[in-house]
Amino acid sequence: MCRLSRDRLVRALAGAFCGRAASLVVQGGRSHIDGRSGTIDATTPIAPTWRLDQTGGLVLRLSGDWIAQSGEIPAFPPADLPAAAGNAAAGSLALDIAGVGRWDSGLIAFLWDVKHAAASSGLVLDTDRLPPAARTLLGLLPDTPAEPPAPPRPRFNPFARLGAFSLNAIAELGVVSLLLSAASRGAIRALAGRARMRPVDLLGNIRDAGPSALAIVSVVNFLVGAILAFVGAVQLRKFAADIYVADLVGLALVREMAAVMTAIIMAGRTGGAYAARIATMQGNEEIDALTVVGIPVADYIVLPAILALAFTMPLLYLYGCLVGIFGGFVVAIAMLTITPAGFMNETIWAVGLDQFIFGFVKSIAFAILIGVTSCRIGLKAGRSAADVGTAATHAVVTGIVGVIALDAIFAVIANMIDL
Amino acid sequence: MTVPGQSAEPPLLALRDVTLAFGARIIQQALSFDVRRGSIFAVMGGSGCGKSTVLKSMIGLLRPRAGAILVEREDYWAAAESRRTDIGRRFGVLFQSGALWSSLTVGENVALPMQMFTGMEDAAIRRLVRLKLALVGMEHALDQYPSELSGGMRKRAGLARALALDPDVLFFDEPSAGLDPITSARLDDLIVNLRDGLGATIVIVSHELPSLFAIADDGVFLDGQTKTAIAHGSPAEMRDHCTDPQVEAFMRRERLGALAGQAGR
Ligand SMILES: Nc1ncnc2c1ncn2[C@@H]1O[C@H](COP(=O)(O)OP(=O)(O)OP(=O)(O)O)[C@@H](O)[C@H]1O
Ligand SMILES: [Mg+2]
Repeated sequence: MCRLSRDRLVRALAGAFCGRAASLVVQGGRSHIDGRSGTIDATTPIAPTWRLDQTGGLVLRLSGDWIAQSGEIPAFPPADLPAAAGNAAAGSLALDIAGVGRWDSGLIAFLWDVKHAAASSGLVLDTDRLPPAARTLLGLLPDTPAEPPAPPRPRFNPFARLGAFSLNAIAELGVVSLLLSAASRGAIRALAGRARMRPVDLLGNIRDAGPSALAIVSVVNFLVGAILAFVGAVQLRKFAADIYVADLVGLALVREMAAVMTAIIMAGRTGGAYAARIATMQGNEEIDALTVVGIPVADYIVLPAILALAFTMPLLYLYGCLVGIFGGFVVAIAMLTITPAGFMNETIWAVGLDQFIFGFVKSIAFAILIGVTSCRIGLKAGRSAADVGTAATHAVVTGIVGVIALDAIFAVIANMIDL
Repeated sequence: MTVPGQSAEPPLLALRDVTLAFGARIIQQALSFDVRRGSIFAVMGGSGCGKSTVLKSMIGLLRPRAGAILVEREDYWAAAESRRTDIGRRFGVLFQSGALWSSLTVGENVALPMQMFTGMEDAAIRRLVRLKLALVGMEHALDQYPSELSGGMRKRAGLARALALDPDVLFFDEPSAGLDPITSARLDDLIVNLRDGLGATIVIVSHELPSLFAIADDGVFLDGQTKTAIAHGSPAEMRDHCTDPQVEAFMRRERLGALAGQAGR
């Protein structure tokens, strides 16, 4: 690409008559000259070299192959230039790449460094001898590198962190409450028949949250019931109180385990999915589009999400209770000397309706908690792909911790009202 | 006009009776054209006629239902997966919407292909990253995330990423959509100089006929109705010689645009 034959000849002569000197100037000079005389050998690139020629004006002569991916593009030390410029009569630096074989952006990168150095030492860069394409590419580049502003590096300050965390937590509480109240207002409007929530969305959400979760709810609750019965059986057998296994399994499931387990499953399945979906919408500016069109996010996205959970979760809870008790039943019958009828009787006697109502209310509360937190986390997510992942993880963790914390609060309340 | 299969030098890329479809829906069929080495090849046509889809099949994202895509006479889709990856590494692609990796900064976006496919040291990579970004006027955004950029800036950053590995073939999907006239003209300049300087071949999907007239020297016009190419040749040739009403309408609308552009200059 653009080689001066005169220069080639000079170099060939230099190589032939004083190969030693030539190879001092041009690294790998021998192969360089060989390469010139024949076709360019793509497999063995010639190392790129440069030389500042001060006889008759300042000229920067380049030679070799300037291929970026060879990783051999030399740096251009600007420190040399002012000194050299002092000697030069004319305040200009000419570029001569006649000795260059193949080149790509590596050459441009080097020439750009030269351009910086020339600009900083007040030299005029003479690019007349460059091939037009290289000249134009160089022309597109700025004289001085625009330093990107350094990102602020926050200093670690535990008090500031704690303060920020607390303020953030309080603010989040406020935002979640606002979201919940907006969704409730949407729900009231929906009851009045003036909602902006489409039934299709609600049904779609219910389908995703409910029936498709049946299998995993069954498995988990069955196993929990079985484990409870197993633990209970081992202990109660010691007191010959076998039949109380039914009480244990029934009470534990209906009061606590079925509701909590189902809620944890839903936090992982549905909460994570909500957060990821809403975060993706955020990234695609879909949420912005909704806002601009005037569709309230609370009505269109949050309300169906919460309603779907609040509708399916209690049902799943009841279903989970039955499956769990069945799990306990199977283990108890197999391990202990209880009759099936005895187990049934004992369960019905031990687990009152109020226990069911307690669990039922709890599962609705869990549903609302999971729905609103996961929507909130999705809505405040950033706009990158990683943010979607973070939002999903965050929603699952918050959902699980929130469910267990709320369950503890319910336990205290139940204790106070003697349930 | 370049009639497929008749040029003396073997084309760098060639489509032979290619049929592209999504499921049962055929997008383009019996599509044949050649992309000469070192040319700037324009893929034109109305919105939704399948330009991006054709591009997709050329860069290895969509297997044609029938026909062959030849890269230097080698059947791209008949090659083994690993061979396709090797061929694909010579391609640089600018997607219609930029398609930057959102969890990496602009600089990291450009650096990633170099880190993955070359043994260059970090300092050398940084230097090239700055160069590529400076070429598209995005040096200042080195440490910004794609979500913090404007649409046109994302496009330019995507272009810098496409240039990362000094590709032999550059595919641009609507490079100047969303760019201001000055940046867009600068981009035209850049494209021509990339071709002249680095010897890249450029395949460009664009509606910007003023810029296509200026830079493209070959092309194909796709039709969404007949689902195939209805004209071959450079945009200027099509404008001056093509009698197909579709092509004429397309060009005439753009000619008005070009006149307005000249008046404004
Ligand atoms: N993943 C896909 N699945 C199904 N159909 C698709 C898919 N992608 C594109 N299409 C269809 O293929 C056709 C061509 O799409 P394509 O994106 O190639 O159009 P285009 O020519 O690039 O249009 P534009 O100029 O608007 O970008 C369109 O009708 C589109 O609906
Ligand atoms: Mg397209």
